[in-house]
Amino acid sequence: MQPLVEPVARLIEELAKLPGIGPKTAQRLAFFLLRAPAESAHELARAIVRVKEAVTYCSQCLNITDRDPCAVCSSSSRDASIVCVVEEPLDLLALERTGVYRGLYHVLHGALSPMDGIGPDELRIQELLRRLQGGEVREVILATNPNVEGEATAMYLERLVKPLGVSVSRLARGLPVGADLEWADELTLARALEGRRAL
Amino acid sequence: MPRPRVYRTEAIVLRGSNYGEADRILTLLTLKQGKLRAIAKGVRRAASHQGGHLELFNHVETLLAVGRELDVITQSEVRHPFRSLREQLDRTSHAYYLAELVDRLVEERAPAPEVFALALAGLQALDRGDEPRLVLCQFQLRLLAASGFGPELFQCVGCRAELRPEVNFFSPASGGMLCPACAPAEPLAYRLSLGAFKLLRHLRRTDLSEGARVRVGEAVSREGSHAARDYVECVLERKLRAPEFIARVEGG
Ligand SMILES: [Zn+2]
Ligand SMILES: [Zn+2]
Repeated sequence: MQPLVEPVARLIEELAKLPGIGPKTAQRLAFFLLRAPAESAHELARAIVRVKEAVTYCSQCLNITDRDPCAVCSSSSRDASIVCVVEEPLDLLALERTGVYRGLYHVLHGALSPMDGIGPDELRIQELLRRLQGGEVREVILATNPNVEGEATAMYLERLVKPLGVSVSRLARGLPVGADLEWADELTLARALEGRRAL
Repeated sequence: MPRPRVYRTEAIVLRGSNYGEADRILTLLTLKQGKLRAIAKGVRRAASHQGGHLELFNHVETLLAVGRELDVITQSEVRHPFRSLREQLDRTSHAYYLAELVDRLVEERAPAPEVFALALAGLQALDRGDEPRLVLCQFQLRLLAASGFGPELFQCVGCRAELRPEVNFFSPASGGMLCPACAPAEPLAYRLSLGAFKLLRHLRRTDLSEGARVRVGEAVSREGSHAARDYVECVLERKLRAPEFIARVEGG
């Protein structure tokens, strides 16, 4: 088999480093770009460079933003007495899409995972505690993922936040929409039962 | 005989990392094939049937299909979700410790039913509320013994004399305990209180289902568990991550 010319091989190698992209997908993407008009390749390259130049972290909530403080933190229509703590910027986006939540956020940028070397110091926990010491925040909602890592993170935060006189709540856990009772695991079912509501 | 394309086995989920859009790659301790890595497809989607079954530390019944690189988990059903282990931080952090020990000490694809039984008993003990530090101390001693690396706790590793009920010395590098007469020749040996010495011997000899029910003071339990960890790290020739995490989490 004839080896790939160097620039193509290089592009495939770089694409394959992206999360969720295996070698086959990387090849498909590379050949798509090769055949695409020069302008669309340039657009993509510019967008990648610009995201590194123009995007920073909000100094208050640590979400990614192009201005500091971010749009949520600087909005006068948000309730600054409630802070919802999430693992990742994408979780924040998901909550924003619901349109239900009017408070502020705090992004931890991960969850505790000792085997991967992620302890409290690797997350943006100190920043959260500093925010809470200001006295303006009355409630913290822990919206970490409902898996072992997310639950451990929430338990750890709960212990640090409660002594500050701030009330702490967790997102309700239970059956996701679209899940089938018969297939649900015991723990999810038990929690869904405990979290049931009168109709 | 050709290898079967699918196989069913009990497993404990030791470790997991996200892969691609919605997959997870899991390290399983299986009853039939020992430790192995397998992929669970689509489990991070909210409506996935399998996601909750394949959570960390779960004891599950799985059906795996032999894959080219990684075997694929095609079905799984939880046997023990270990709920209270997940809902109390000191239990969760010690379960991480247990999983890290198994992950580091067990070879891939080497059937180890004895280790499987120990790991299961350890998680059960943590889940029912036995003192987590003692459970892990005992788990380490039993796991090392099962792997053929257990520390010598009954005879002096120097002169082979029966150890007496007094302050003896512990030397991970020499493989166990030294009597007071032999200790000075080993510069890295350190004093072990009689209480901690008795604790280690007790934990080494009893089952995980009863061992950690012994009542000991905080200082003795710390001393004993420190010695056990020292020994494991000496065998592995590396530092473990979970103990640091536990210390951090306990300290607040
Ligand atoms: Zn912000
Ligand atoms: Zn001796």
